Amino acid sequence: MPPQPSAERHEGTMFWIVGFVLLFVLPVLNVLPTEDSWLHVSDFALNRFGKFLAFAILALGLDLIWGYAGILSLGQGVFFGIGAYCMGMHLMLTIGSQSVYGSALPDFMVWNQVTELPFFWKPFYSFSAAVLAGLLAPACFALIFGFLAFRSRIRGVYFAIITQALALMAWLVFNRNETNLGGTNGLTDFKTILGFRLSAPGTQLALYVITVLCLGGAYALCRWVIASRAGRVLIAIRDSEQRVLFSGYSPANYKLFVFVVSAALAGLAGILYVPQVGIITPAQMGVLPSLEMVVWVAVGGRATLVGAIVGAVGVNLGRSILTNSFPELWPFFLGGLFVVVVLLFPDGVMGVAKQVRGKLAARAVRLPKSSAVEGEQV
Amino acid sequence: MTEHGSIIYLEGVTVDYDGFKALNNLNFIVNHRELRVVIGPNGAGKTTLLDVISGKTKPAAGRVIFGKDRDLTGMHEYEITQLGIGRKFQAPSIYGNLSVWENLDLSLSRPSKGVLATLRGVSTAAEREEIDRTLETIGLTEQVHKRAGSLSHGQKQWLEIGMVILQDPELLLVDEPVAGMTDEETEQTGRLLQSLAEKHAIIVIEHDMEFVRQIARIVTVLHEGTVICEGTVEKVQADDRVREIYLGRQKVAHV
Repeated sequence: MPPQPSAERHEGTMFWIVGFVLLFVLPVLNVLPTEDSWLHVSDFALNRFGKFLAFAILALGLDLIWGYAGILSLGQGVFFGIGAYCMGMHLMLTIGSQSVYGSALPDFMVWNQVTELPFFWKPFYSFSAAVLAGLLAPACFALIFGFLAFRSRIRGVYFAIITQALALMAWLVFNRNETNLGGTNGLTDFKTILGFRLSAPGTQLALYVITVLCLGGAYALCRWVIASRAGRVLIAIRDSEQRVLFSGYSPANYKLFVFVVSAALAGLAGILYVPQVGIITPAQMGVLPSLEMVVWVAVGGRATLVGAIVGAVGVNLGRSILTNSFPELWPFFLGGLFVVVVLLFPDGVMGVAKQVRGKLAARAVRLPKSSAVEGEQV
Repeated sequence: MTEHGSIIYLEGVTVDYDGFKALNNLNFIVNHRELRVVIGPNGAGKTTLLDVISGKTKPAAGRVIFGKDRDLTGMHEYEITQLGIGRKFQAPSIYGNLSVWENLDLSLSRPSKGVLATLRGVSTAAEREEIDRTLETIGLTEQVHKRAGSLSHGQKQWLEIGMVILQDPELLLVDEPVAGMTDEETEQTGRLLQSLAEKHAIIVIEHDMEFVRQIARIVTVLHEGTVICEGTVEKVQADDRVREIYLGRQKVAHV
């Protein structure tokens, strides 16, 4: 007995319209018009948009766990980073001897006087192994970490704090040269992916299209979870965990499930981010980026899925505009945005949109009535 | 399923909160299809008794036997629920952001409540009928699509009772069901509990003596974590120790 079939149909139509624009209109506007036409979408703009859409995949997972199940994870950057590093390691290895030092080893290993490729790098010669690892490594990590945390009934602010500690720990570990992951400088200077030059516009266009498809898939997956009875159990956990427990469900298992799904989505975002941006460093996976991800979802509107996408794209778009004109103002703007949203618009952009729609609908109903009354008076 | 013998049997149960014995070597038996009321002054251990049976609190000593020989000590709350013990909390404990129907649908007893089964699960026609029947029993048929959070206090209490009924438990634990209800609602709740007692065993904790007289067959009086008296309402009210506990307290309260 779905409560609002019309709202669902409305969202289904929107899904196909937005999908059509992202998948066909933007790429066509990139390829067909001449570069000086006002319709032209530049390679740079499309590539940047691809990055935002990768972030949107991560935001969907965060909305699932935070928006629906009410579990605030401040460690999503870690899962994103693990996914990104998996793809980054593969791209490093495909550089081969085209690197600055001409060694088969990545450049940073030459600087650090590493003479042999560390064992954990070896599987990453394979592209499919790298993609698989980029999804499974964050998921497995979340499985172990979540199992320990949820079994001990760590929840609420305590869970937020230990996931934040996790982000700090990951940042420290990935920063060390001894970890053999490039230290502070991270992994960069990639040349090709599956034999295609990363600098070629065609490659970037293909990566953009793949990102859009992945986002569509991630959205469909999250929608399916939320529409199922399991989705209602997640909302139920947010409302009254005690009742869930005494209705015969194990909240710990459901939390673990949603945590693992959100980690895998973050990993997928990382996989797609690296070839489009061309660099991954520990700075992208620490405490601050993890917090920023929470802001995306809060701004877009929690527990709506669409809001997560709107927030991720919107905040990052604002960031790239603002950092161009006033680079030093961005942190203040981001902080201010969060405070304003939490205090004034707890339901984010989607909440405001819903209110506006509601008012317009109310007015549409009122208008014909009032004119009828006027007609009678005349 | 045995119709004779006890549905729940507590033997020598002690719950120790840092030296304070909330339950002290408690022995307590309820039979199948019995409606038992537990009374006692504040701090007597009434809610702790329900906590121990439902697995929320682990006793320091003693055994809790469900049915013939199922020892509940050490089991998780959700496992105990799956076995057939339902619990209604004192403050209404429902899912405010889900509709009334969704609240009931989640509570319905199902063979598996694991993640995978729940991801694929679809409500069958029989399940829908059962939910509709329960909606009638608790009088919320018209509110079926309403957000549960927007119901009145009494309706929330009934919704939670409905949720517990749908779990189809052999034993229902009900903690102060009529607290905050109007007289009319109280009477309806009493009738509902009595009709439920035709099929299930029920343990009710209650303060309201008038309500106790309406529904009770056998009353257990708890004091300082042990049973001090058990019997009909008349017998319990005539008992010297019971009078002492209640009257003694009232004297103190008047001073």
